Amino acid sequence: MRKRGREEERERSEAKTGHQLVRARSGSEMKVMVAVKRVVDYAVKIRVKPDKSGVETSNVKMSMNPFCEIALEEALRIREAGAAAEVVAVSVGPAQCVDTLRTALAMGADRAVHVDAGAAPVLPLSVAKILKALVQVEQPGLLILGKQAIDDDCNQTGQMIAGLLRWPQGTFASKVVLDKEKQVATVEREVDGGIETLSLDLPAVITTDLRLNQPRYATLPNIMKAKSKVIKKVTPAELNVELKPDLEVVQVTEPPKRKAGVIVSSVDELIHKLKNEARIL
Amino acid sequence: MGRRRASQLLAGYRQFLVGRPTPSSHEQSISGSYWKLNTWRPCCMFRVSVGTPQASNYLNLGKTYAIKQRSFGSAATDIRRNPAFSKLNADDISYFRTILGERNVVEDEDRLSAANVDWMRKYQGSSKLLLLPKSSQEVSKILHHCNSRKLAVVPQGGNTGLVGGSVPVHDEVIINLALMDKIVSLDKINGILVCEGGCILENLSSFLENEGFIMPLDLGAKGSCQIGGNISTNAGGLRFVRYGSLHGTILGLEVVLANGTILDMLGTLRKDNTGYDLKHLFIGSEGSLGIVTKVSILTPPKLMSMNLAFLACKDFTSCQKLLLEAKRALGGVLSAFEFMDRHSMDLVLSHLDGVRSPLPSSLYNFYILVETTGSDETYDKTKLEAFLLRSMEEGLILDGVVAQDINQSSSFWRIREGISEASVKVGAVYKYDLSLPVDQFYGIVEEMRNRLGEAAKVVGYGHLGDGNLHLNIMTTRYDSDILAQIEPYVYEWTSKHKGSISAEHGLGLMKANKIHYSKSPETVQLMADIKKLLDPNLILNPYKKILDLFAICN
Repeated sequence: MRKRGREEERERSEAKTGHQLVRARSGSEMKVMVAVKRVVDYAVKIRVKPDKSGVETSNVKMSMNPFCEIALEEALRIREAGAAAEVVAVSVGPAQCVDTLRTALAMGADRAVHVDAGAAPVLPLSVAKILKALVQVEQPGLLILGKQAIDDDCNQTGQMIAGLLRWPQGTFASKVVLDKEKQVATVEREVDGGIETLSLDLPAVITTDLRLNQPRYATLPNIMKAKSKVIKKVTPAELNVELKPDLEVVQVTEPPKRKAGVIVSSVDELIHKLKNEARIL
Repeated sequence: MGRRRASQLLAGYRQFLVGRPTPSSHEQSISGSYWKLNTWRPCCMFRVSVGTPQASNYLNLGKTYAIKQRSFGSAATDIRRNPAFSKLNADDISYFRTILGERNVVEDEDRLSAANVDWMRKYQGSSKLLLLPKSSQEVSKILHHCNSRKLAVVPQGGNTGLVGGSVPVHDEVIINLALMDKIVSLDKINGILVCEGGCILENLSSFLENEGFIMPLDLGAKGSCQIGGNISTNAGGLRFVRYGSLHGTILGLEVVLANGTILDMLGTLRKDNTGYDLKHLFIGSEGSLGIVTKVSILTPPKLMSMNLAFLACKDFTSCQKLLLEAKRALGGVLSAFEFMDRHSMDLVLSHLDGVRSPLPSSLYNFYILVETTGSDETYDKTKLEAFLLRSMEEGLILDGVVAQDINQSSSFWRIREGISEASVKVGAVYKYDLSLPVDQFYGIVEEMRNRLGEAAKVVGYGHLGDGNLHLNIMTTRYDSDILAQIEPYVYEWTSKHKGSISAEHGLGLMKANKIHYSKSPETVQLMADIKKLLDPNLILNPYKKILDLFAICN
C-alpha cells in the first residue's frame, strides 16, 4: 500500500468525491475525526478462553488502544496549533465504549459519537464502512486512526477506509505537519531504509505509529469540562451499514510455554547437557 | 539498560569506595558484570540473591575496592563482639554438613560476602558460614546445635532491609531461608494461604493473582524480600491503608525457637481466643525471638477496578484535609494515599530516566497519589472523579490528572516509588522512617531543612494515610558533622511529638540503642525478660533491635 510522491496522490485525490466540498472550507473551520477503540489494557496479561474462541475480556481492565491515544493526541495538537476547529472522537462497539469516549473527551476532544454495534466483535471492513458513513455525515477534513489495535493487530481499517472514501492515505505516520493554506498534510513514515515523506491533499486518512507523539494525561479541569460534552449515539442501521461477519476466527491459542531452566552444578554437567540434551556440541 | 543503570549507580556510589584509585579498566569490568535490575521499586536496589552466580558477580565490586564500613545512622562499628559467644570450629561445620548436606553449608567467600553486606552497602559483617536449610526440622537442628554451642546466629531473608537487621555484625552464622520457598496450601473460599517462610513476596503475589487473590502487603522490595522477613520486620508498604498491619492479616505462624523447639501456631482461623496470642510476639521481633518457618496469612480477593489520581496541593494543611475528605468520600474503596513534597518530585525528575511530570505546567509544593480499588470500574471512577472535582472546587487540590490506563498508573507510581532510588544517586543519604501524628507530619522536614540549610537536600514523602513519613537527607558525601546535626535531633523531635522512630523499617542495627525514644523503661524491661525467656543465651540476631536488652540481660 505504499505510494510514492505527490503525483500519485494528486491523481487519486482528483478522482475522489466530496473533495471540493471540504476544500472550500477554511482551515480554521476544519474538523478532525479520530477513531478510538476500546481494547484489553496494554498492561494486562492476556488469557485465552478455555474454548479457544478468543481472549478473555470479561472482568479484565479495558482501556483506549494506545495507537488511538496517539491519534487523538495528534488531532488535539492540530487543533491547538489552529489548523482545525473541532476534534470529534468516534468509537464502534458495545455500550462500554462510552467509557473510552469519556477518556477521549477528558483528553480534550470536543464531541464524541458512539456507534453501538452490540457485543459481537466488529471486523475491519465493517468498521471502515461505518466510518465512511460517519465521514459523510460529519465531513471532516482529516481522519486519524491508530495504525492497528493491539487486540486483533489487524492493521487494516485505516487502509480500507481510505480506499472506500478514495482519499489519500499516510499510514504509520511518525510526523505530521499540516499546511492550512494549501490544505496539504505532510506525513513522515519510518520505513526500512529511513524516513519516507508523503504529501497528501486534504481530506486524507492518517494512521499513527508509536513515535508520533506522547499522549497527554486527562487533567481534572478537562475531566470537568468533559462532563458537559455530548456523546451522540447512533446504530449501524441508522448509518445504513449492514454488519456482516466477513471473517471467521477458527481458533485462538496461547503461544507454547517456555520450559523452566535448570541450574547446573558444574562445568562438566553443563557440557554433558549441551552434548546429550541440547545436542549443540 | 542494566549496564547503563549500573554505571550510573556506580558513579553515585563512588563515595563508598575508598582506597585504591580507580583504573578505568576496572570500572568497565564492573559496570559490565553485575546487578540485574528488573522492576524498579523503592527499597529494592540490588537484588542480592544469596547463593546465585549473580551474587558472586556482585562481589567483584567488593574485591576490587576496599569497602569502608559506613556507620551513618547510628554508630555500629564500635560494637564489641560478645565474648560469651563461641567461635565456629571444624566440628560445627561437619555437623552442619550432616544435617544439610554438602551444598547447603556455604563457606565460599564470594557467596559469603554477598550475605555479609546489606543492599545499601551500609553494614558489613564478617560471617564465615552461610546455612541454607530446606525444612523446619533442619532449622530446628541448626538452632539446637548453635544454642548448645553458644554460636550466635543471624536469620536472613531477602536481605532488603534498610536498618542493617539482616546482616551479621561480627561472625554470626547466617541462616538464610531461600530454599524454604514452597506454598503449602490455599483455602480458595476464605483466601487463607499457608506457605514457607522463604517464599519471595512477588512469587506469592503472582501465585495468588492467578487464583483471584492478592497479598495484603506490597512493597518496593517485593522481588527479593521473603515473607518470613516481612513478618519478622512487620513490614508495612503500600496497601497498609487498606488492608492494615500484618498483626491483623497473619493468622498463624510456625516458629523455631533458639533452643530448636518448633512452635506450631499455624492456625488458619479468623477468630481464636484461647490463651495468649503468642504469634504477635514474633511479628516485628526482627529475628530476635525465633525464626519464622511457616506462615498462614489471610489474603483479600483481587479486585479488578483500580483508579489512580496524581494531584497537586498548595500546602500541607490541604493535604491533611484532603486525606480526611478522601476517607469520608471514598470510604471502602480508598486503597492508597501517598504523599511527596516538591523536593521529592524535583529529585525524581532530575535523577531518573524516562520519568515525566504528570503536571508539567508548574512545580507544586505537594503532590498526592490517591488510589481506589473496588469491584466496579465505572462506579468507582465516577465516585473518585466526583470527589476530586469537589475538592478542586473547594481549593484543596490545585491541579491533577487521573490515569486512564494501567500504563499511566504505573508511570504515576513510578514517581512515588522512584524517590528512594533517586535519593541514592545524589551521593550520601540519611534515611529516617518516622510515624507521626498527621498534624505534625511535615514539621520535621521543614525543621531539618532550616537546620541544615545549604549543606543538605531534605525531602519528605511517605504514606500519609498511615501517618508514616520517610525523611531523606542527602549530601554529596557522608560527614560526621552533618550526622551530628541530624541525630539525635530527629529522634528527640519525634519522641517529643509522640511519634515513633521506626514506623515500618524496624530498629535493626541502625537504631539498636534508640528504642527508649519510643518505649518506656518498663516496656523495654519486659521485652528484655521475654527475650531472656525465649533465648537465654542471646544467640538470635545479637547486637541489634534492642541493644539495651543486651545490656539488661547481661
